[in-house]
Amino acid sequence: MVELLQKRLRSPSELESRRQSIVQKRDPNRLCITVCAGTGCRASGAEAVIEAFKDEIERREIQLDVELKETGCPGFCERGPLVVIRPKRIFYQRVKPEDIPEIISETVLNGTIIDRLLYVDPATNEKIVYEPDVPFYKKQTQNILGANSAIDPTQIDDYIAIGGYSALSKVLFHMSSEEVVAEIKRSGLRGRGGGGFPTGRKWESCLHAEGDVKYVICNADEGDPGSFQDRAILEGNPHSVVEGMIIGAYAIGSHQGYIYVRNEYPMAVRHARIAIEEAMDYGLLGKDILGSGFDFTVSISRGGGAFVCGESSALMASLEGKIGEPKAKYVHMSEKGLWDKPSLLNNVKTWANVPLIINKGAEWYSQIGTAGSKGTMIFALVGKINNTGLVEVPMGITLREMIYDIGGGIPGGKKFKAVQTGGPSGGCIPEQYLDTPVDFDELTKLGSMMGSGGMIVMDEDTCMVDVAKYFVNFLEGESCGKCVPCREGLHRMGEILSDITRGQAGMEDLDLLEDLAGTLRDGSLCALGTTAANPVLTTLRYFRDEYVAHIEQKRCPAGVCRELIQYSIDPEKCEGCLRCLRACPTEAVSGEKRKPHTIDQSKCIKCGACFDVCKFGAVIKR
Amino acid sequence: MAKVWINAQTQVEVADYPGMRAVHLTIDGKNVRALPGQTILEVVNSHPGIGNVPALCYHPAVKPYGACRLCTVEIEEGTRSRFVAACLYPIREGLVVKTDTERVRKLRQGILELLLARCPNVKMLQDLAKEYGVEQPRYALGDQACILCGLCVRACQEIIGRSAISLVNRGIYREIAAPFYAYELSEGCIGCGDCVYVCPTGAIYLGPDGKPVLPKVKIPYPEVEAMMREATAAASRR
Repeated sequence: MVELLQKRLRSPSELESRRQSIVQKRDPNRLCITVCAGTGCRASGAEAVIEAFKDEIERREIQLDVELKETGCPGFCERGPLVVIRPKRIFYQRVKPEDIPEIISETVLNGTIIDRLLYVDPATNEKIVYEPDVPFYKKQTQNILGANSAIDPTQIDDYIAIGGYSALSKVLFHMSSEEVVAEIKRSGLRGRGGGGFPTGRKWESCLHAEGDVKYVICNADEGDPGSFQDRAILEGNPHSVVEGMIIGAYAIGSHQGYIYVRNEYPMAVRHARIAIEEAMDYGLLGKDILGSGFDFTVSISRGGGAFVCGESSALMASLEGKIGEPKAKYVHMSEKGLWDKPSLLNNVKTWANVPLIINKGAEWYSQIGTAGSKGTMIFALVGKINNTGLVEVPMGITLREMIYDIGGGIPGGKKFKAVQTGGPSGGCIPEQYLDTPVDFDELTKLGSMMGSGGMIVMDEDTCMVDVAKYFVNFLEGESCGKCVPCREGLHRMGEILSDITRGQAGMEDLDLLEDLAGTLRDGSLCALGTTAANPVLTTLRYFRDEYVAHIEQKRCPAGVCRELIQYSIDPEKCEGCLRCLRACPTEAVSGEKRKPHTIDQSKCIKCGACFDVCKFGAVIKR
Repeated sequence: MAKVWINAQTQVEVADYPGMRAVHLTIDGKNVRALPGQTILEVVNSHPGIGNVPALCYHPAVKPYGACRLCTVEIEEGTRSRFVAACLYPIREGLVVKTDTERVRKLRQGILELLLARCPNVKMLQDLAKEYGVEQPRYALGDQACILCGLCVRACQEIIGRSAISLVNRGIYREIAAPFYAYELSEGCIGCGDCVYVCPTGAIYLGPDGKPVLPKVKIPYPEVEAMMREATAAASRR
């Protein structure tokens, strides 16, 4: 109890003096090993690396000289587990537990660089020693993600040390509700969850909405395949989201907030919970925040895994304990949302931007980005790309810069074919538009969208009809089934696309696809349905020849659609090594050693195993 | 004088509420007076001869739902227009509504084609589709009668307060079912027949025991099907 009382901050000056004392206790030149403990690096074995570090530090009894910190995700998931040795920020990648004794004895204690753990720039073959010099980071502007690699997300002191909750203190004691809303409006911030609605306008309408009870909601129900930006923020810097929410609550006059987060994000749930508990202990949440008289609490609600619950009205239905189905939003949620009360719902990324805007000012913020889209955006760069991971870039950067300069281009020297932005209902953008600046409006013009920041890169081996089919199947499975166009329409769209990839469709089916796309766009109840046809419409617009090839020539140009391809062996090239014969799961390959093999088409299931193992390029895929 | 539904049974005239200020709007070029708080569909329904708005998931006795999307109309917003569901869209002063434009008809065609493909044998759908020029859907035909408008479920919940039936699963697997996929309706069902009465397609009918017979469920998950069979067998042994 005494300890709790000591922790509690009762005024802005107490917050500042707490910050001073935290910072003073910390020596900026102290050796500190930071290991990314985000979900991505954990999947590559970060936990074992952390354990190995702990053991080694204990064994050598150097706990007092070296600090070990488990941080959030800085974004370079491709190269995980990531280890940075501060203060010099020596950057080691793909670290294994067996490397740890050497890292401690050589680098940490002796300052010697271990060559084999350095990142090699594939473009120049140059070895890079320090984290800021890595090209992947160099072109980024990590306003939001930057803090992830510097703090331990489970320690509120870490967040306070880097200036955390100063924006809250500024708002509570020096700004009125209207001033906060005006600041957000002036910043030009637009909703980062997908719609791109001007955040300030949303806040304003919620501020002016009638009602004593208002709610603030953080949408962390990130369900797009291949997207994990929101997870990275909630895992790596949960206090930035909580601080943003308190500021939002103060601006509109709300006393209860919810973080709606997918239960499939266990670490994000845990870190958000710890952050809320710590903020409560520090008097930054709860009654009389920082002695200002303002009360606000945040609860966590865990989503059950339905993609559609990322839609605001479905999310609120789910929060209310009802079936997560969208309803019409002719009256905005900011006026009539959760339990029919005015509700301010923003995406994780949007909330994380708020403290930044308050601290640095709307003018500073609006200098970043393009005319219509301000600030930075975090993208999940995935697919056929060398540097898979999260990238935070200023709005207006071109797709080409993102894919080639930051992403490091396409692996294996393959050709770029398309990039799909904005999650499953985004569109596929072909090469001729690679110099398009990335912002809300430009992507919409191309038939795609910003969405929540998914970016899937595809190479020449990708069949665009197959891609459209994949996304339509995903959305069909995630459609709640309430309205006819989405439920029946996506199902029929899936049927037609499946027919096309099996060579069983006619040219008239393309018209039917376009008709269906119109019905979905104009008739669906929520944005899941109205945008669901984007992958089909854009692939039809930019890659129509591929559809035609499937239909008229019964041919899949990329060699993906199983029903339309055939594997055979070129007897000239075949050396009779038996590799493909052994690899074939259905015994379709026959032949003797050192004699050309053949494939029995009736047994072949077109798995491509023979193609993959052949060292002589003798297996032909047509 | 405009007539307004107060509840399922009662229609009143706007003049009966002298204190209420009427809202003026235009539907298909005709000026209409209505009550504040009404939806477009309520206004159209209370003005015979004005507007053409079919609706399958709407019933004045239960809350509007917006599932069938057939009631979609165009409203003017500045120089542009957009589609809204008439059953849900609240009217406002000066609203301009078009219920039967070419774009609206095309959209309804698209929806009816999907519905008719799902339920090719439902007479009411055949007739409505024909009105919109849809006779033979371009999709493979199904054999269902239920269009999943949810009226039965909503009537059971909102009017009777029993919730003896519910919508289960999502997407194309959505269906009407008794709780826990039981093959027979539980004691929650009082046999009032409300669900039968509101069903627009006749997918639910009253059985010989006086209880409604639901459309046959097609459980998409074999595990659930097996569990249900076991549970039913266990119950009959008891």
